[in-house]
Amino acid sequence: MTKKLPGFKDIPPAGVTWKSATEYKTGDWRSKRPVRDEEKCTRCLICWIFCPDAAISWDGKDIHFDMNYCKGCGICAEECPVNCIKMEDE
Amino acid sequence: MKPMSAKQILMGINGDEAVAYAAKHALVDVCAAYPITPQTIIVEKFAEFVANGEVETEFVRVESEHSALSACLGASAAGARTFTASAANGIELMHEVIFLTSSIRQPVVMAVADRSPSGPINIHGDQTVSLAQRDTGWIMMYCENSQEAYDSTLQAFRIGEHPDVQLPVMTMLDGFVLTHTLENVYLLKEADAHKFVGRRQPMMITIDGKQVPLKLDPKTPITIGPLQLFDYYMESKLQHSEAMEKARPVVTQINNEWAQLTGRKYGDGYLQPFKVTDADAVILTTGSSAGTARFVARQLRAQGKKVGLLKLRTFRPFPDKKIAKLLADVPVVGIFERTHTTGSLGGPIFNEVRSALYDLDTRPTILGYYGGLGGRDVTPDHFRTIYKELLKIKDTGKSPRNPIKYITVRK
Amino acid sequence: MTQESPQWRPKLKDIADQEELFTSGQRLCAGCPAGSMARMAMHALPRPKNTIVSQATGCLEVASTIYPYTAWRVPWMHSLFENAPANASGIEAAYKARKRQGLEDDIPDLLVFSGDGSGFDIGVQAASGAIERRHNFLYIIYDNQAYQNTGIQRSGATPKYAWTTTSEVGKVVPGKPTWKKPIALVYAAHDPEYCATASVYHWRDFMMKVRKGMEKQGPAVIVVLAPCHRNWRYPEELGMKMAKLAVETCFNPLWEYDGETRTYTMSTSSMQYVKDPSKKKPIEEWLEPQGRFRHLFRPTRRDDLIQDFQNLVDEDWEFIKRLTEM
Repeated sequence: MTKKLPGFKDIPPAGVTWKSATEYKTGDWRSKRPVRDEEKCTRCLICWIFCPDAAISWDGKDIHFDMNYCKGCGICAEECPVNCIKMEDE
Repeated sequence: MKPMSAKQILMGINGDEAVAYAAKHALVDVCAAYPITPQTIIVEKFAEFVANGEVETEFVRVESEHSALSACLGASAAGARTFTASAANGIELMHEVIFLTSSIRQPVVMAVADRSPSGPINIHGDQTVSLAQRDTGWIMMYCENSQEAYDSTLQAFRIGEHPDVQLPVMTMLDGFVLTHTLENVYLLKEADAHKFVGRRQPMMITIDGKQVPLKLDPKTPITIGPLQLFDYYMESKLQHSEAMEKARPVVTQINNEWAQLTGRKYGDGYLQPFKVTDADAVILTTGSSAGTARFVARQLRAQGKKVGLLKLRTFRPFPDKKIAKLLADVPVVGIFERTHTTGSLGGPIFNEVRSALYDLDTRPTILGYYGGLGGRDVTPDHFRTIYKELLKIKDTGKSPRNPIKYITVRK
Repeated sequence: MTQESPQWRPKLKDIADQEELFTSGQRLCAGCPAGSMARMAMHALPRPKNTIVSQATGCLEVASTIYPYTAWRVPWMHSLFENAPANASGIEAAYKARKRQGLEDDIPDLLVFSGDGSGFDIGVQAASGAIERRHNFLYIIYDNQAYQNTGIQRSGATPKYAWTTTSEVGKVVPGKPTWKKPIALVYAAHDPEYCATASVYHWRDFMMKVRKGMEKQGPAVIVVLAPCHRNWRYPEELGMKMAKLAVETCFNPLWEYDGETRTYTMSTSSMQYVKDPSKKKPIEEWLEPQGRFRHLFRPTRRDDLIQDFQNLVDEDWEFIKRLTEM
C-alpha cells in the first residue's frame, strides 16, 4: 500500500528538505539491542560520544538509550570501559 | 539611439568592458571568475573597479571555472547577488554546476563570451557552446552589440531575481566581434542603475507552515542540496519548468521598463522583427550577425526587394508562439546559426524554430545556414547570397532537397 | 610553540546536554564511525548557533539528507562532489561583502565536510585553491579509505594491498598496487593556519583539533580516520577499535601543523610510541581483523606482502618523527 505523496505544487521549491530525520525511526533496523547494567555503569559517557546515531542521551542525571533510533551496532558495548553493556538478541 | 528619461553617459568601450560596467552598476556582492579568452577583459576591468574601491564586490579569484560557478552558487545560496563570466572550455568545464545552479533556484548572472569549443583549440567566436547549455534550465539572451551587452546584463539581474522566477540568467556576446570591438555605448548613471536593479531579496519558501528565506542563514537553518530519489525528483523538475514559464512575461516587462528608462527597446524582449510582416524572405538569427543581416536587409528593401530580418534575442524561454505568429505568412525563412552539430538535421535554433512552426496550417519553407564557426568572418555579402537564394526559392517555388547549407567554408 | 589562550578541553558531562546538531534518524550503516565523527565535530563547534556547513557528495552527505528528511540542524549545503571548498569560498565572500555593506551583522563560522573521495582525489583542486586564497574555514576530511558511497571503489586513500571493487584481489594482483596518498602533508605544505591528522577513536584529540581549527582565522584542515566495516570487513562493533589500532601501529600517526610557527607537532596519543618504541604494535594486528586484507593471511600467509606493508608504515612513521622533530 503506497502512501499518497505530495504533488509538485505542494513541496517547497529548490529541493529544500522539509522534515527532520528524527521522524525516520532507524530502530527497526537492529537485530540486537544494548542492555546496560545500571549498577556497573560509571556514567562516563564514552558510549554517548561514540554512538553514531545519537541514540544515547544524558539528562544530567542518567543515561538513556533511545530504542527508536538504536541500530544495534554494538559500538557502545564494545567500548564501554567497565563492560556494563551487553548486546542481546532483539 | 536617443536617451529618454535617464541622462546617460556615452563611452567608447568594447563588449567585455560593457559587461564589466553592467556588473559594476548592478551592486554585485560577489564575483568569482576565472580568465579565458575572450572573456578576460570582463574580469580584468572588474578587477580594476575592485582595486579602485569603486565597487563593494568581494572578488574571488578562483582556480578554475568549475570553482568559479561553484563559488557563485555558494555565495548566492548565502544571499549574495552574484556575477561571473566565462567562455567555451570554461563553460564546458562548469557544465555540471550550470545544471545545479538553476535546480536550486539561484539567480546567478553569467556573461558568456561565445567562443568555439575545443578542439581543435580556437579562441574565436561561435555559438555552439552557449546553445549546448539550452537544457540546463537557465534563461538565455543573445546580444547583438556592446550596447545590448550592457543593457541585457543589467536586465538579467532583474529578470532572474524576480520573485516569480528566481532562475539564473546567461547573456551571450560573440567572441571578439563583440567582446573586443570598440563601440559607442550609453551607460546609465550609477545612481539610476542602482535604482533599476535594487537589492536582491532571496526567495521565501514555506517549511512546516513557516516562511523562511531560501538562504544559508544561522537564524533560519535549512538544508540545500539533499539526495532526491525517484519519488520526488521529477516533481522538482516540474517546479523548475514552471518557474521558467513564469519568466515569460517578466522578460517583456523588464524590457519595457528599460525602454522607459533609457529609450532602448529590444522588440518585445524576445524578438526584434525588421520588416517581417510583408516579407517574401526572412533571415532569423542571433547575436552580432543580426546586425549584419539587418544592414543588408535595409539595403535590399531600398532596392525594392521584400526581405526581412527576425532577430532572436531571448532563446530561453523560447518564444515559440511569437515566432509562429510572426513567420506564419512568410513564404521562405533562412535560419543562420553559428553552431556546429553533427548527425542531426540542423542545429538547435533551426530545430526549435521548425518545431514552433510545425502546427501551422501553412508553413514557410525553412532553410538552415551554418557558418562563421571558429570566428570565421560572416560578411554582408554572405547575407546577400542567402537572401538571393531565399528569394529564388520563393519565386520558383522549388525548395532544395537538403535544407541544410554550409556557408563561409572552403569545400 | 607560541603561548596560546588555554586550549578547550571537552569534558563529556559538560557537553552531553548540548543540542544534537547532527540528529538521529540518519541512514548511515549501523556502526558507521563517520556518524560518530560528525557528532563529535558538531559538539566541538565554538559557535554552534552561528556555523554554516558546506559538504561534498559522499556517504555522510547522502545518508543524512535523503529528501525530504535532513539530520542537520545547522544551515547546510551540498552541491557537487568536488566543489565543497569552492561553495564555502562563495559563502564566505557573500557574508563578507554583505557585512561590509551593512546587510549582515556577522560572518558565521564555516565548516566543510568531505570524504576521502573528494578530499584526497576529485576535490583537491578546489581545496587547494580555497586554502591558497586564505578563506576562513575548517575542512574536515573523514577518511574511510575508498569511494564507499558508490560501492567501495579505490581512492587515493586506499592503502596498498587493500581489496576494493576496483583494486580487486585476483590471481595476479593482490589488491591496490600503490600506497596511500599522504594528503594531510599535501595540505600542510600549503601552509594553512592549521592542519592535523586525527582518529575517530581518539575523540578528545579530534574534538580539540576541530575547536582549534574553527578558531583559527584562515584555512584549517583535519584528516580524520573513520573506518568502514562494509569495505574493511570487520564486525561492525569494532569501528572504534580499528581506528585505535591504526594509531597504535603508527599507521595513522596523529600530528598537527601550526601555520604561525610553521612547525609540526606529534600529538600526545602518538607520542608514546616515540618515547617507548616497544609499545608500537606490529601492523598485522591492524591488518588481520580486516577482511579486505584477508588474502595476506589466507589461504597462505604472505610474509612478503605483510613485511612490505610494515616497511611502508615504518618509513612514513620515521618521516613523521623527523618532521615533528622527535
